[in-house]
Amino acid sequence: MGAVLRYVSDIYKGVATTLIGMGVTGRNAFRRPITLEYPDERWPLPERYRGILHNRIEDCIGCLACARACPVDCIHIQTVKRDKEDYGATSDGTKITQWIPRFDIDMALCMLCGLCTEACPTECLTMTKEYELAVSSKKEIYLEFALQRDKRAVAEKMAAGDPAAPTKE
Amino acid sequence: MVGSRWELKGWVDGLIRESPLLQGMPPEVSYLLAMVFFSLVAVGWMAILALVFVWLERKVSARIQSRLGPVYVGGKFGWAQTLADALKLLMKEDLIPAAADRLLFTLAPPLVFLATMLTFVAIPFGRGLVIANLDIGIFFILAISSLGVIGIIMGGWASDNKWSLYGAMRAAGQIVSYEIPVALSLIGVVMYTGTLNLVQIGQAQAGGIWHWNLFRSPFLLAAGVVYFVAALAEADRTPFDLPEAESELVSGFHTEYSGMKFAFFFLAEYSNLFVISAVATVMFLGAWNSFLPWQILPGPVWFLMKVFFLVVVIMWLRWTLPRLRVDQLMRVCWKVLIPISFILLIGVGVQMWVFRGR
Repeated sequence: MGAVLRYVSDIYKGVATTLIGMGVTGRNAFRRPITLEYPDERWPLPERYRGILHNRIEDCIGCLACARACPVDCIHIQTVKRDKEDYGATSDGTKITQWIPRFDIDMALCMLCGLCTEACPTECLTMTKEYELAVSSKKEIYLEFALQRDKRAVAEKMAAGDPAAPTKE
Repeated sequence: MVGSRWELKGWVDGLIRESPLLQGMPPEVSYLLAMVFFSLVAVGWMAILALVFVWLERKVSARIQSRLGPVYVGGKFGWAQTLADALKLLMKEDLIPAAADRLLFTLAPPLVFLATMLTFVAIPFGRGLVIANLDIGIFFILAISSLGVIGIIMGGWASDNKWSLYGAMRAAGQIVSYEIPVALSLIGVVMYTGTLNLVQIGQAQAGGIWHWNLFRSPFLLAAGVVYFVAALAEADRTPFDLPEAESELVSGFHTEYSGMKFAFFFLAEYSNLFVISAVATVMFLGAWNSFLPWQILPGPVWFLMKVFFLVVVIMWLRWTLPRLRVDQLMRVCWKVLIPISFILLIGVGVQMWVFRGR
């Protein structure tokens, strides 16, 4: 008798649990899909998202703090002392005493840790919200920020045989 | 055979009588040409159905998993996704493994396809809208649809791959076992309506939902459920898709198939889906009759609506249940479905004896 009861209750359970499962999936089917159609739509990014680096070079004083902070050494900077009359100022009033003929960030090496931006005293090196890093060649994510003006100034200095020609990196 | 204007034979005769192209020819040639034309229509119809079903499957599965499914190809709703997939399959390299039995390997997909294709011959889409109004319609379908297993075993054996062979053996065991409850549950309907002819079975269910076989008798209601479960197993659908079992057997008997040969298996699988739903519709769900005493919409529309409903339910089940184990599969068949269908058969008989036929 017990076997018969078990047989019947097995069948009942099989049918009932199937129906319960179908109820769950059925309810799911009428829920709004959570898919985000990525290239067309995007998630809003958090405020402190760490994307590709960007340097507002006009405010950069060439202090090298970022290059020193970088754990993977992906920031390459050259600085050359400016003449007194060439001194400039950043937007927050800090004195700029260097030409910066080279300020490169190799994003292929960068691990987006954000330590460089914390080290930056003038807040010119920041992380953008850009996260699409896929490129067909490494050169395309080798970012160069140096201004033509600085390069020209240094070239003139070198041509004049200035002893303070570029050394530091 | 009941000669109706709406039967295919009637169409062919009409076409031959009226078409100026066919009139001049000897009757054998013209008849053959007309038949070839109509078979092409049937094949095309089935291919389109399979394409629609594949698209539907992707959409249903996506929605159940809170996804969107195909959205890009063909503009809205990704309706051309399966077309694109079919094109891709056409262009793929047709690979035959070095150790495979070339003849059997090539023969298997068309054979499986043929078995499903032939069942279309007997399925009525509407009153008289049937290719061949066979007196043994349901018997024919049962006999032909089990032919497919030969193709599956051929494919599994010829692939020279142990997983394929396992899949094929499982398919054989499964289909041979589940053939029995399928047939037994359909016999109840045959007893009740007193005919094997699918058109007559359909006509007997006219006049509202309470005339449908499913709701005429509690035994037939249960038989309908038994048929549905057993037919799922016969068509290798989840939860009975052990012959394919991706996680264990890669994909069973069609592991080694690629390109168009694979497409044939795929097409057969989805056409099978149509066939089991169509048989369930004709036998239990009132065929082409509306659920009201008035027909309102044309018969084929009702028929297709019911078939699509069943197909969606089958897909819904697929994305709900996990796969059974082999021993569970056999247990469900031999210890549950077969005894129950025997009891139901007796029940139908007793009911008919008590109520003098109806």
